Amino acid sequence: MTEGSDVMATPEPLKVVPLRHPGRWAAMAVIAVLLAMLVHALATNPRFNWPEQAKYGFTPAIRQGVLTTLWLTVAAMVVGVVLGVVLAVMRLSPNPVLRNAAWIYIWVFRGTPVLVQILVWASLGALFPRLGLGIPFGPQFVEADTFSLISGFSAALLGLGLNEAAYMAEIVRAGLLSVNEGQWEAAGALGMRRSQILRRVVLPQAMRVIVPPTGNETISMLKTTSLVAYVPFAELLFQTQAIYAKTYQVIPMLLMASLWYLAMTSVLMIVQYYIERYYARGSVRQLPPTPWQRVRARLERRRPRVGEHS
Amino acid sequence: MTDLSTTASAPAAAMVQAEDVWKSYDNTPVLKGITLQVSPGEVFLLLGPSGSGKSTFLRCINHLETIDAGRLMLDGELIGYDERSGRLYEKKPRDVARQRRQVGMVFQQFNLFAHRTALENVMEGPVQVAGLAKSEARDKATALLDRVGLADRRHLYPNQLSGGQQQRVAIARALAMEPKLMLFDEPTSALDPELVGEVLDVMRQLAADGMTMVVVTHEIGFAREVGDTVAFMDAGVVVESGRPDDVLLNPQQARTQAFLSKVL
Repeated sequence: MTEGSDVMATPEPLKVVPLRHPGRWAAMAVIAVLLAMLVHALATNPRFNWPEQAKYGFTPAIRQGVLTTLWLTVAAMVVGVVLGVVLAVMRLSPNPVLRNAAWIYIWVFRGTPVLVQILVWASLGALFPRLGLGIPFGPQFVEADTFSLISGFSAALLGLGLNEAAYMAEIVRAGLLSVNEGQWEAAGALGMRRSQILRRVVLPQAMRVIVPPTGNETISMLKTTSLVAYVPFAELLFQTQAIYAKTYQVIPMLLMASLWYLAMTSVLMIVQYYIERYYARGSVRQLPPTPWQRVRARLERRRPRVGEHS
Repeated sequence: MTDLSTTASAPAAAMVQAEDVWKSYDNTPVLKGITLQVSPGEVFLLLGPSGSGKSTFLRCINHLETIDAGRLMLDGELIGYDERSGRLYEKKPRDVARQRRQVGMVFQQFNLFAHRTALENVMEGPVQVAGLAKSEARDKATALLDRVGLADRRHLYPNQLSGGQQQRVAIARALAMEPKLMLFDEPTSALDPELVGEVLDVMRQLAADGMTMVVVTHEIGFAREVGDTVAFMDAGVVVESGRPDDVLLNPQQARTQAFLSKVL
């Protein structure tokens, strides 16, 4: 800076008449009317039967169903992500046997309906009445009746988790491929081995690409768990159906269940936001403030202004 | 083939020994019989137009590429293979990694680990590969970053550093493994002209400390000043090699003359 810099005043900001946006006002008017109609319908139409929804919305059975849905979602996603990472690494392995095995797994589990997979696991006994552990084609050490071995929960978990693994494998593979080859070379030049490079260098950087679709998958999984009501397994939709089977209030009860699903996916979206922020380290220079930080900053900016006026 | 013998030292003493090295990609030969030798402590510069095979040859020394024919040895040991009773056996990944540890490599695009700070980048090798304790590795990495003039930037991520700073971190990262040989693949080609000097300064210091270096570069001034040997490559062969002043100021081959007249 030259010595003249402190003499120089900041230039007068431009005085500009902002452009009018009549389209925005028109759109707002249309949407306001539509919204008013919707609120009116929700509030006045007795067939939504809000009292009924409130009456059953928090009964022990529904609360149990919500918890079971959450627990099943988490468990199935853990199975899906762990197995998906293994399958993705297998698909990118130099070993052709592993590569092809992973391809076949994905082909089968992605190519058949998940409801069928769940039902097959639930009725595995129809295919294999007894399951045993022992020498292949030889004697068995332990053996058990399949129906007693596979509970409703294990059938649900196997059906959802193994299907999810096939999708997660492709998501993880896309993430691994998104990492520049130079990262492999630089790590290899340090003397790191393939497993170390994957774990320490490539996977952490792939996470940026992996997390958003995984959040998508988790939200999708939360709702797909409703399929296991047909196993049958007592999650949220199963409990809801049990209620309307007695009360015949089908649509209000399904709306109530949907509100629960919506609430749970909203929480998942918040979790996803923070996970994405974590893995953005090193790829954006300055992390944007979280909504919460923005609110706090605005409050703090306002406070001294209040002081000025008083 | 051209005459390539540059130094008269015994083969056993060579840090890098290449004998008639050939390499093709999809039947297109890239290296067509490279024979050269790099002695310990020597600064060996590879010059030549793009596509001449100099980067490929450099990558062969670190086994990032495999060779098709000939022999390539690091400190008296075949690179990537074991020789037993006249036959070549592929080295296990573990042994390839062990061999690579002895060679530091610096890339044109820096290739710093983007999710780790400068300090963590330099610590990664010592902790993960050499098995150093974290505190020890941190001290070592801090000292190395100080040596390349970046001690105050050690907690920044690569994308918060300039290109020249990133490349200096990359050099520190390679040095952290205490290599006996450093490979530089066009280390200043991706840098703004203003930032080239700071990287060359670090390399100059490294050469003065007696590090054996093989450098692919277009920096003729640096080559003349720091290089012990210059080899000019074109179309997969070494056209001419010798002392920098001889090759760069008084080139004998027409191809070398033509190249230098454009670069200088």
